[in-house]
Amino acid sequence: MSTNQSRRDFFKTTAAAGGGLVLGFSWFSSEAFQPQVVGTAAADAIDFNAYLAISPSGTVTIFSPNPEIGQGIKTAFPIIVAEELDADWEKVKVEQSPLDTKKFERQLTGGSGAIRHSWERLRKAGATARALLIEAAAQQWGVPASECSAQKGMVIHSSGKKIAYGDLAVAASKLPVPKEVKLKATSSFSLIGSRVKGVDNKDILTGKNLFGIDYKRPGMLHAQVQRPPAFGLKLKSFDATEAKKMPGIVNVVSFGNKVAIVGKTNWEVMQARKAVKIEWEKEKDLESSADHDRLFKEMLNGTNVTVQRKDGDVEAAFKNAHKVIEAEYQCPFLPHSPMEPMNFFAHFKGDSIELAGPSQTPEAAQKQIAKMLNIAPEKVTLELTRMGGGFGRRLNTDYAVEAAELSSIIKAPVKVTWTREDDMTGGIYRPAVRYRFKASIDKAGNMTAFMLHGAGLNAGNSTRQDNFPAGAVENLLIQSSDYKSPITTGPWRAPITNFLAYAEQAFLDEVAAAAGKDPVQFRLELLDKAEKSPVGKITYETKRFREVIKLAAEKSGWGKKKKGVSQGFSVYFSHASYVAQVAEMTMAKGKPVLKKVYAAVDCGIVINESSAKNQIYGAIVDGIGHAMYGNLTFKDGAPQQENFNKYRLIRYNEVPDIEAHFVNNGIEPTGLGEPALPPTGGALANAIFKTTGKRLYNQPFADQDGPLG
Amino acid sequence: MALFQLKINGKNYPVDVDANTPLLWVLRDHLDLVGTKYGCGMAMCGACTVHVNGDATRSCVLPISAVSAANITTIEGLSEKGTHPVQEAWDEVDVPQCGYCQAGQIMTASALLSKNPNPSDKDIEEAMVGNICRCGTYHRIHDAVKVAATKMKK
Ligand code: FES
Ligand code: FES
Repeated sequence: MSTNQSRRDFFKTTAAAGGGLVLGFSWFSSEAFQPQVVGTAAADAIDFNAYLAISPSGTVTIFSPNPEIGQGIKTAFPIIVAEELDADWEKVKVEQSPLDTKKFERQLTGGSGAIRHSWERLRKAGATARALLIEAAAQQWGVPASECSAQKGMVIHSSGKKIAYGDLAVAASKLPVPKEVKLKATSSFSLIGSRVKGVDNKDILTGKNLFGIDYKRPGMLHAQVQRPPAFGLKLKSFDATEAKKMPGIVNVVSFGNKVAIVGKTNWEVMQARKAVKIEWEKEKDLESSADHDRLFKEMLNGTNVTVQRKDGDVEAAFKNAHKVIEAEYQCPFLPHSPMEPMNFFAHFKGDSIELAGPSQTPEAAQKQIAKMLNIAPEKVTLELTRMGGGFGRRLNTDYAVEAAELSSIIKAPVKVTWTREDDMTGGIYRPAVRYRFKASIDKAGNMTAFMLHGAGLNAGNSTRQDNFPAGAVENLLIQSSDYKSPITTGPWRAPITNFLAYAEQAFLDEVAAAAGKDPVQFRLELLDKAEKSPVGKITYETKRFREVIKLAAEKSGWGKKKKGVSQGFSVYFSHASYVAQVAEMTMAKGKPVLKKVYAAVDCGIVINESSAKNQIYGAIVDGIGHAMYGNLTFKDGAPQQENFNKYRLIRYNEVPDIEAHFVNNGIEPTGLGEPALPPTGGALANAIFKTTGKRLYNQPFADQDGPLG
Repeated sequence: MALFQLKINGKNYPVDVDANTPLLWVLRDHLDLVGTKYGCGMAMCGACTVHVNGDATRSCVLPISAVSAANITTIEGLSEKGTHPVQEAWDEVDVPQCGYCQAGQIMTASALLSKNPNPSDKDIEEAMVGNICRCGTYHRIHDAVKVAATKMKK
């Protein structure tokens, strides 16, 4: 494990190693971008969030601030800097920065927002360093800077003379920082958009201790926590007499509604855990899945409704309609199931605490822990480890706070590790939601009204009222209802839209069918309407929408007969990116089989072709897997699936071919961790309909005689 | 507690643990070999895969008493410098997303290739179906096994 190296330590190391150019800049600040050369004297005065350092040996070090969860950010950020710097990628070293307690604005993994947020400032950081190096070379040669250019870690003069960045690093560090720097034309990018391998590959493939679950300190104890086995129960009493006598066990303590078993190794803790006798008592309703069905009905038929958006008059339109189409779609609760279960290390030291572990939102953890322990946030240090997936689960800080609390009770360094059962039954799920849609069409097949009522269990607003088709329909009503369940929920990869997109795209297919229109043509017509005579506020760009639809149709040969193959279409705009998909199915042994998914993606400029494709393929696989198999059910408040024997995740043999295409439009890059997931369920459901004539209204599909896989 | 002499990655490790302790937890908590991962603890996900006498084996359900005479290889010992053809193929194809499952994937794939240097797509599927990748890197796993097979022939 790399040590918890603070920025100041890092600076000292760099300076001690013989100086060089150390450019401090903020990755996050929304203030005007002002990089500064961090000189020796100024070391204590500068407080930037990140450094770009060029050592005399030629190594370029870039600190990556955002937690890496598999989305490729630790590789993508440095690519952007290195592009504008014209660095030699082979000589770039990337380091994960620890949580910075000051001046950060966004040290967070979630919402596919990092690239969008930092694009401009990362480019300027690279370009500034490049300008300084060119200036240093020009001075050394006694030539105007305008006669010099840079390439692959070298400054080159028009005469052919060359000098390496490393040899210029010290001189460049003494120059004043230019106020304005020129950025490259996006068309001249060479590193951005190329195929760059993950910077941590080597460590991952050789089994280095990168992850939170691997974290270790001398004297560290291991703990597991028994939480209430059902939502709605609380701790009544426990007896740990036997457990405490077992080998390797150090302590058994309770806090909140939990009992923690603390010992020397995980296995010993697991054994003792079984020997702790715990009594629970009822605190709130113990809900079963049948109760949820009733709650959905009550919400959808009730009057406790929040109007999220209203254009025109849907009721009048329904009265005058040629046809009215109605349907309900439902999804279950889902655990996130990252392969690395929740875990966190904490060492409480009286007036301070040291933490390490996987978190998508470390600053929130820091603040909450400071508050809980009643210490200043600066007294909470947090080392970010690589994360074995998260999918939104690690946006919740419960497991970090819990470890901190336990350490403060037992006054020892401890790592709390969740078993898979803990991870699956411990709460914070994708909320269960039921949607009711109603639409009307006129004689010409135009959609004249669109109504959506979302009913959620701890979902908050389960609609996205301004998303398509809002803006494209004269009469529109979007409303939501929510029920406060004891079952805890949280964001799950592409929150809300991970299911809403499927429901909406499947429903639009039904409307298109009722209108006698081709699904692609039907959507294009709606976009025409949104473009020519928009209704109310529009959050999407119709042109970009249309491009991905056309690209997906073209690449998949939409509408051209392929023997034995049926196609389903879907398109969705989320997290500022546009993705259209076509799913292809065939029948085999009387069952539909998903053969291929085509994806057309507009995420603006692609930073790293390799990880972009990895994200798209992964999101599609994720979308198929959870639409097909994901199901967490409840009985008397207790989750009925506890591990992968009962909770099915998609496997190697169940994925179709995938083909991904990018729209090349040179627009500023947007996120890609989520947007390829939402359309997948819709494309799949629409292909199933085309293949079998059966509409699937509930997820998971496999439970209703869905495709084989 | 009992004393076991384990042979892991060509080295001898004496450990004093309960005979039922699964190899996974001995590796992780006693020997600091944390490349082998915990994912489910019930032989459902493959994250904990190691080689026992050359066979891909789930270490989470393997009591230490059953392997005291065996030759065990973990991801740390697959090659000295990460240059096993399967590791190289995994890097070239850029398989990992979060990376957590990949040690298990590599151990399964390398055991397959050592026995079957020319696996068909069906053979690969049969070997890899027991390893879950929550990030969905299955397509690249497939490609990387193919690349590794080619490398091993050279
Ligand atoms: S941890 Fe052993 S198979 Fe999952
Ligand atoms: S790469 Fe994340 S679980 Fe496989």
